[in-house]
Formats: sequence, structure tokens, C-alpha cells
Amino acid sequence: MAVATLAPIATAPVERLTRTWETPPGLYGVLSTVDHKTIGKRYLVTAMIFLIIGGLEALVMRVQLTHSDTHLLSPEAYNQLFTMHGITMIFWYASPILSGFSNYIWPLMLGSRDMAYPRVNALSYWTFLASGIFIYTALAIGQAPNDGWFGYAPVSLQQFNPGLNMDFYALGLIFLTVSTTIGAINFIGTVMKMRAPGMSLNRLPIFVYGTMTASFAAVFSLPALTAGCVFLFFERQFHMHFFDAAQGGSPLLWQHLFWILGHPWVYIIVLPAMGMVSEMIPTFCRRPLVGYPYVALSTIATGLIGFGVWVHHMFATGLPAISMSFFSGASYLITIPSAIAVFAWIATIWTGKPVFKTPMLFAAGFIVLFVIGGVSGVVTAAVPFDWQVTDTYFIVAHIHYVLIGINVFPVIGAFYYWMPKMTGRMMDETLGKWNFWTMFIGFNLGFFPMHIAGLLGMPRRVYTYPAASGWDTVNLITTIGSFVFAIGVLLFVINLLVSRKRGTLAGSNPWNAGTLEWAMESPPPVYNFAVIPIIRSRLPLWEDQLGDATPGIIPGEGHSHISEGAVLAQGRETFGTSPLEAEPLHVLQMPSDSLWPFLLSAAMLAGFYGLVFSQWWLAILGAVGVFVCVAGWLWPKNAPRAEAV
Amino acid sequence: MRRRRKPKSPSPSERTMTRARWGGAGALAALGICAAGACGPMNTLGRDGVTGSSETSLGWFLVITSCAVVLIITVLVCIAAFKHHQAAPGNAVVAGTPGFEWILWGGMLIPAVVLVVAFFLTIGTLNAVAAPERAPAATIAVVGHQWWWEVRYEGSSPDQSIVTANEIHVPVGEPVRLELSTNDVIHSFWVPELAGKTDLIPGQTNSMWIEARHAGVFGGTCGEFCGAQHAHMQIRVIADPPDRYQAWLAAQREPAAGATDPTTADGLRVFMTSGCANCHSIRGTRAGGGVGPDLTHIASRTTIAAGTLPNTKGNLMAWIVDAQAIKPGSDMPTMAVPSRDLLALAAYLETLK
Amino acid sequence: MTSCTYDTGIPLGTGESRSPGWWAMVWTIATEAALFAFLLFSFFYLGSQSRSPWPPAGPLSLKLALPNTIILILSSVAYVWGERGIRAGNRTRLRAGLRIAFFLGLIFVIIQAIEWKHLPFGPRGQAFGSLFYTITGFHGAHVILGLLMNLLVQIWAERGVFTRESHLAVTNAGMYWHFVDIVWLFVFASLYISPRLG
Repeated sequence: MAVATLAPIATAPVERLTRTWETPPGLYGVLSTVDHKTIGKRYLVTAMIFLIIGGLEALVMRVQLTHSDTHLLSPEAYNQLFTMHGITMIFWYASPILSGFSNYIWPLMLGSRDMAYPRVNALSYWTFLASGIFIYTALAIGQAPNDGWFGYAPVSLQQFNPGLNMDFYALGLIFLTVSTTIGAINFIGTVMKMRAPGMSLNRLPIFVYGTMTASFAAVFSLPALTAGCVFLFFERQFHMHFFDAAQGGSPLLWQHLFWILGHPWVYIIVLPAMGMVSEMIPTFCRRPLVGYPYVALSTIATGLIGFGVWVHHMFATGLPAISMSFFSGASYLITIPSAIAVFAWIATIWTGKPVFKTPMLFAAGFIVLFVIGGVSGVVTAAVPFDWQVTDTYFIVAHIHYVLIGINVFPVIGAFYYWMPKMTGRMMDETLGKWNFWTMFIGFNLGFFPMHIAGLLGMPRRVYTYPAASGWDTVNLITTIGSFVFAIGVLLFVINLLVSRKRGTLAGSNPWNAGTLEWAMESPPPVYNFAVIPIIRSRLPLWEDQLGDATPGIIPGEGHSHISEGAVLAQGRETFGTSPLEAEPLHVLQMPSDSLWPFLLSAAMLAGFYGLVFSQWWLAILGAVGVFVCVAGWLWPKNAPRAEAV
Repeated sequence: MRRRRKPKSPSPSERTMTRARWGGAGALAALGICAAGACGPMNTLGRDGVTGSSETSLGWFLVITSCAVVLIITVLVCIAAFKHHQAAPGNAVVAGTPGFEWILWGGMLIPAVVLVVAFFLTIGTLNAVAAPERAPAATIAVVGHQWWWEVRYEGSSPDQSIVTANEIHVPVGEPVRLELSTNDVIHSFWVPELAGKTDLIPGQTNSMWIEARHAGVFGGTCGEFCGAQHAHMQIRVIADPPDRYQAWLAAQREPAAGATDPTTADGLRVFMTSGCANCHSIRGTRAGGGVGPDLTHIASRTTIAAGTLPNTKGNLMAWIVDAQAIKPGSDMPTMAVPSRDLLALAAYLETLK
Repeated sequence: MTSCTYDTGIPLGTGESRSPGWWAMVWTIATEAALFAFLLFSFFYLGSQSRSPWPPAGPLSLKLALPNTIILILSSVAYVWGERGIRAGNRTRLRAGLRIAFFLGLIFVIIQAIEWKHLPFGPRGQAFGSLFYTITGFHGAHVILGLLMNLLVQIWAERGVFTRESHLAVTNAGMYWHFVDIVWLFVFASLYISPRLG
């Protein structure tokens, strides 16, 4: 295609670009903005709030479990707490926090002015928030879901659970999956079409591979949970039969549908985080990532194999040995891509020149926690041994090592890493080190003993345990560790809030990193790039230091153009590029701010409230509202050539 | 020429290294303490059952291998972090070596070997525990309820059958087959020292077998969240030498001992008139309720309320009058029984050996 | 202020194929297809576990379902015909195709409702009925959604929004409609045909 005329960045019409891209002031702006950076920050803040709420729920449970035969909490209260803790952390924190970083960073890293579907982006946030409000309404009225985050039937059915608890569960999860799915479609569209010219597949940052793989996985796996939740709601509300054996249903059908989503979901909530680590380690080790193509492929391989292991959550249900053997083998196999990534990181540190700033501490600590969580997972692939440790605290230890180790630690590190870009100010390094060590020590003190508790026979999901069991000591240590870990999280929040106002000014590239998001000032201007860059390597900002040794560079093609490029200032414009080689194909007119995403989310919330409280008029009203909002959203403006969604 | 600056001592990375050493030592100590307590009553790495021991060997292999992997990786990370790196001037970036050998050996070949070995051990163990070497000496039906275990030994005729609750007796050194079923929600039968878990699922019957190598009492619990009192649903397997086992069977087959003296006769009257018979059975009386555990030989059991309380007279009385305080949400209602009647009732129940 | 007109030499707008808006519909269809795949998986799973006959009252009658299938296929054909019209710049043909597709789709929904009314089993008796009504109900809801989309596109077509080069809404709504059609083929094969295959 025709090559864009390159204009020097100094001649770019920044005032015009600012006016074109900025959000209008006031309440209208707040409700209608489609700025991916604002949406990203909203995701981050909201997800952190859910992390804190989920953490408080956990601390209350830890108080209950410190000592045997404690009856601070009734069994019902405890069951609601552990369920809300699980779904809050796994659904309302772990994925949205990564969406937040992806939303903010992707266009900057990809060399674009926006995500592919800006209004859909806003919708994904508003529905995330609305679904969180919806599910916490249940807790507010004392009828929170109470059957664990995995909601097994028949305990979830009307006969054993007559209140609204599991209706909130079914509908709340459907609501959340709507948000996640449309967010995933946005990421897929963006990575396919919205890269800077020249950013071919082998020049994509691993963070992009991580979120991209997670998004494809979400598109294909979330519907399994939707189907299951629809069945659950219909069985509870309309007395249909899907999960009750007496009428031809099967409790195992729920387990299959749940875990067909559940297993890919755990990769959805770690692959982007692993990608973030793959960005941080090279920066702080002053060299490109070792084995980039292998890490990229292993990300995709993990996502794919992750669809083939779900039955390992069901080994104790009495399945045929041949079936269990297959899933056991697949569960062993999925270790290999992870091992590749671990050794790529270690090799990068080993052969690089590590500088232990706070993000690097979190990245290094993450590797150790990843491996501990990983091996405790491999142990469960051994079917007969899984029969012993499944549904015990050994599994609780495993899941927290993988979730906190592979999601929370990279996320906190990523905050330290990218906060300077988002706010223009550095976070405090001394407090950062205290933050890391408190979290690291507290976490290990809290969760390592759980392996022991499980091996000593302590089952999961128990509101208390007998004194004769001998589990008091490990539980006491766990409680102490959990509170130390919580203090670490508090230190992080303090550092975040204080540094926003008082941190050292960061400049555009305080870490001397190599990827594109560090090219512009901090915080970025509202239009991201004054001129659209042309990319010729994987690490455009390191080309002046590495020259032709920069990964992804093709000798003879020249270097990336960052300080000159296409201006694209006739409205909200950016390039649409081809999926593989990122050849510029068209100039896209991006949609501007709109109230429809907010209104649509409000209509959906009303509809879900109608369904859960059996107010069918409200449900119908909500559905009509959704349709009206969609029609209004898509209504062609006078210029029918605006195609972008 | 620029003089290389000597790092101040201790440098941040050295402080970190020291802390890491202390952290590692602390972790090992914690492990040791925990391992010392690893002889609890529900030890998954114990070796008392035949299936348990196959699974245990596999378990030890995996645990030891895992610990080794974690240790190696931690050491590698520490060395990578703290070894001497010649920083480029101005902390500039370098292209670095490709490092493919790390990927090949650490990421692919060595894990592949370990995993293949683990996989074959897994299949081998699965085969080993699939069926016992001899025909089972008994087949016991275990029916899971919220939140207790119904145990049935089917005999050739009804008067040869045994119905009890929450305790299973097995002969030492003989395999026993368990047929697991339920009519309410999913439970899981788990006696760690004898075998791994097998679920009880409505609509299907799952089979498993256990064999106790030594005489003793083996504690277990429900291993799948089954509602409010999942935490209080224990089961006990008591392995008896053959003669004691036969004696137990014979005693269990007998109907309830009659109420011989005035107190126990009064207790039986209280039982029949307070509504107990609506839920509980006592063979040999007219009490035929099928909702709760069979009480024909309740006094022969070591615990009540599915392991929640030791079976003593005081606990029995406390359970009768305020079950909801002990096990809130259970199906046992709070029974308003006046104290004199309660004493008689407890006296009667104590005769049901 | 510096002059701001730059001729990039790259076309403005996206044309039809492979635009971001087109891909958005593709991935939406992908996730919806996965949903139906899981609904049908559930159908086959419970069928394989069932100890009683599946369907309980024997194979379902094709008397209404088979003609209905043909009607739905024809509606897709009509839509394609209409879309080809606008690709050639023929707005009249577009509007005609949309209308025919709409009416055929509406007939499909009505016949489905009639079939529901006359079935010997309801959604509550046992699992087969629950699955049958849920699956066909979900499909019917998607058909109705497709009809509503068709109406919107008709309204916009009346207003002369679409041109030879620019008619993404027609293409996207068409893709969705064909998807609904193809899903019906799978549903029909699973619910009505597969029990007859022994």
C-alpha cells in the first residue's frame, strides 16, 4: 500500500489533536468518555477495590479458622464469605485488573491512538462495574451466594438452597461474562487491526501475546459458564431439570460446563500477568528477553492446551480410568510451556545486568512463587495422589500460589513499573522494597503451611475443625502470615496514594525501557502519539543502543520512525493495519464520546435486578432498554462512511 | 579512566541476599516443625492402607521432586540475581546471548523427562489400585446424607443385614468393597490413611475398595462441600482382627436389647412419645423412622453426630436437647425433653450396644 | 498554526471486508456459536447418561420442523440476494431482499411457537424437555434478535444510508442472520435427526 508521508513531530498540530481527542468536561464527560486511558484507570481502581473487599472477606475467615472449634461465624455466614471471597477475587479482581493494564497500555505499546472499539470499551467497563454492584447487592441483603465459587449442584438447587443466594450467583456471573466477552472482542480487534505500521507479529510485545491469548480463550470458553448459569437459573426459577438426577439431569453436567470455563479462566487471569513480567524483566536486566519466540509460542500453547485439561478438577467423581489418564497426561503436558517461560526469565536475569528496583523484586519473587504453585499443580495431575489432596488445603495452597504468585505479584510490580507513565510520578523506592518483602514474607508464611494442613488431612470449605485434628498450629501460622501479607498490601496502597501527589517526576522513560509506550511524555497526551510511528523492531526505543542487533530488525529496512510519522488529524483518526505484517490499510475515523454504553449498562442492570427479584416487568423493561440503546448507538450519523464500532 | 566505585557495605543486593538466606532457613524450619506434626490422625502420607500406600509412594515421589524443583529454581534465581554482572557504561542495554540452551534444557528436555516418568508412575498406580488382589470380604453400602453417613451391610436375608451410621467395621488384612451413593447432594468418602477420595453423586453409584493392613481406628471426613455442616461429617473406619470383626457383625445383627429396668423402660417410652421414632429406627421396637441414623446399636459407636462429639451420656443429652447449637442447620431438631425424661432416655440409649 | 492537511495516500474509512467493525461481528458470532455448542454438548451428554429413552416419547415429529428449516434457509437466500443488490448499487433489491428475509424469519418463529404448543411434553417434566425448550428457545430468541436487526437495517435502507461501497450494517446483520440459520441446522440435526439414527 501507499506509504504515509512522514511529518516531523515538531510540526504536529498538538492543540488540534488535543481538542479532537479530549473528553468533554463535567458529568457528561465522566459518563461518556471513551478514552482508553481513562477506562483503563477506572478498571484498575475498581478491580483494586474488589481485591481489598475480597481480602477483608478472607481476613475474617482467617480469624474464624485460627483456632479449632471457633464459632464466631455461623456456618451460613462462613459459606457466604468463602464464596464471595472466591468469586470476587477470581472474577471481579483477577481478570479486570489485567484488562485495566491492557486497556491503558496496549494502544501506547502498539503505536495506536485508541482501541479498536472505543465505545465497546466503555461498555465493557460499565458492565463490569454494574455486575459488581449487582453481586454485592446480594451480600448487602444477607443472601450472598453460598455454595463456593464453583457452585456445585445439587447444593445450588432450589431444594437445598431456597433463598436468592444462587440466583444472584447465576445472574451475576452471566452479567460479568458479558463484560469480559465484549472486552475480549475489543482486544482481539485491536491486536488484529490497530497496530502501528510495521509492527509485525514477531515484533509484538509478550504482554500483547498474553492478553491476546487470554481474549481468544475467553471468547470460546466463557459461553460454557453462561450455558451452565442459564441452566441453573432456569432450574431454580422455572423448575426445569438439568442437574437433578431424579429427572434425567446430572450434577456432573454442571461440573463439566463449569470447569470447561473454569480451567481456561485460570490461564486468562495469569497469561497477561506473565506477559507483564516479560516486559519488566528485560527492562531491568538491560537486555532483550531470552527466547522471545519460544515465550510467545508457549503463551499460545498454554492457552490451547488449557482447553484440554478441565476434567482434572473431577478426578474423584468416578470417571473411567482411560478418561482420567488422558486428562492427567494433558495436565502434565501443560507444564512444559510454563517451564519454557520460567527458564526464559531466569536466563534473561542470568545473562543480563539486573537492577533491583521494586518492579524487578516483584518479578523475581514471582518466578519463585510461580514455580511453587506450578509444582503443587503438577502433583495434582497424578490422579491417585489427587484423590488424596483434592478438596483439601493443599489445593487452597496451590491456588493461592498461582493466583497471588502469578497474578497479584506481577500486578503490584506492574503498578510500580507503569505508574510513572500513567501519573508522571515515580512511586517511592524505599517504601516499595518494604512493600515487596512484607508481601513476600507474609504470603509465604500464610500460604506455605496450607500445603502441610492439606497433607495432614484438612478439607476445604469448612467453617471450623475439631481440636483433635492437630491442625491448630498450621492454621495459627497461616493467620499470622495472612495479616502480614495484608499489611504489605496496605503499604502498596499507601505508596500509590502518596506518590501520586509527591512522587519524583518521571519523564517519558524513567526506566530506559525499550517498548513504544515509553516514547511519549508521562502522563501521555490524550491523543497518545502526535505522529503515528513506523516500527522496524521489537524494541523501538533500544534501537539507538542496539543498532542492527535489535530483535526483530531486518537489516536494510532501517530503523523505526518515532519522531516523525503520519499526523492523521482530520478528526479522531488512526491507522487500520493488516493482521500479520501490520501494513497500513486504511485511515480509521474513531467514534467519539457517547452516553450509550453507560445507558446500556444501566438498562442491563435493571434487567438483571428484574430477573433476580422475579419482577418480570422490570426484566422486560431492561431488555427493551438494551435494544433501544443498541439501536441508538448504531444509528448512522449523517456521514454514513463512519464504519468503526 | 573511570574508577569503579566500591559498593558500600552492605549493598542493597547483599542485604537482600542475607534476608533471602534467613528467609530460606526460616522456611526450612517451618517445614520441619510442620513435618514433625505430620503424624496427625488424618495423614495423607501415612501407610496404613493398601491403596493408601500405593498412593503414598506416588505422593512422596511427587512431593520430593517438587521440593527439589523449587529448591533448584530458587537457587538459580538467587544466583542469577546476585552473581557479579559487569554493567555496561551508563547502564546501557546490551543485546545479550541468545540463551537457547536454557530454553532447551530447562524448559523442554529436563521437564519432559521428569513429567514422562511422573505420568507413567501415575498410570501404574492407577492400575495398581484399580482392584484388590483378592475378592472383597464384604460389600458395604455407604449412603451419604446431609450431614451423616448411612452404612449398610447387606446380608443374604433381612435379619442378616446391618444398618448403622458413621462407623464402618472392616476385617484387618481383607479387602472390602464400598458402594457409594446418595439421594441428596454430592459428598465424598475420604479416609486418608486408607485411600483417596471417591465422590458420592446423586444418580450414580461409585465403587471403591479399601484394605487395612493393621488394626486400628482410621478417621475420615466428607471431602466435598455439601452445605452448612460439611465441616461436621466425619466417618470412622475401625479395622478389627477377624474374630472381633465377626463378633461385631453378630452383635449388630441382633435387634435392640429390651428395656429391662424401670429407668430404661421409661426411656423407651420417652423415645416413642417424643417424636424420635419419626426419624429414627430401633430394630426390635416399633420405632421405624428412616430420616436419621439407625439407633439400634448406638451405644456401640464411638461418636455421635457424625464424629462431632464423643459418644458419652452427657453429649448424648446435650445433642438431644440442643442439636442446633452444636451443629446448626442439621436436620436434628431441638427436642424439648424435660430433664427427668432426658436422663431416662439417655439411660435407655446407653443400653443399645 | 501549521497547515494540517496531509495526504497519506491511504484510503479513508475501511470499505467492507476485514474492517474492525466486520471483525467485531465475526468474534461475536464465534462466542455465540460456542454458546450453542455447549448447549448441544449438554444435550448429548445427558442423552448419553440417560437410563430412559431419549427422547422419552420417541423421536420428535418432523412435520413442522422440516418445512421450518427450509423456510429459514430460504430467508438466508433472500438476504444474500438483497445484499448482492446493494453491492451492485441496487437499493430496491436490497429492500426487497430484507423484507422477504424478514417475513420468512417471522414465519419461522410463528411455526416454532405452534410446534411448542402442540408438543406432548413441557419444559418441566424431565431433562429432555428442559433442554429442548431451552435450546430451541435460545435459538428463537436469536432469530427474534436477527429480525429486530433486520428492521433496523430496513429503516436505514429506506433513509438511503447504504451505498455500493458502504453498507457494513447490511453485511454484519446478514452474517448474523446466516449464523442463526446455520445454528438451526445443527440444532435440527441434534434434536430431531440424531435420535432417529439409533
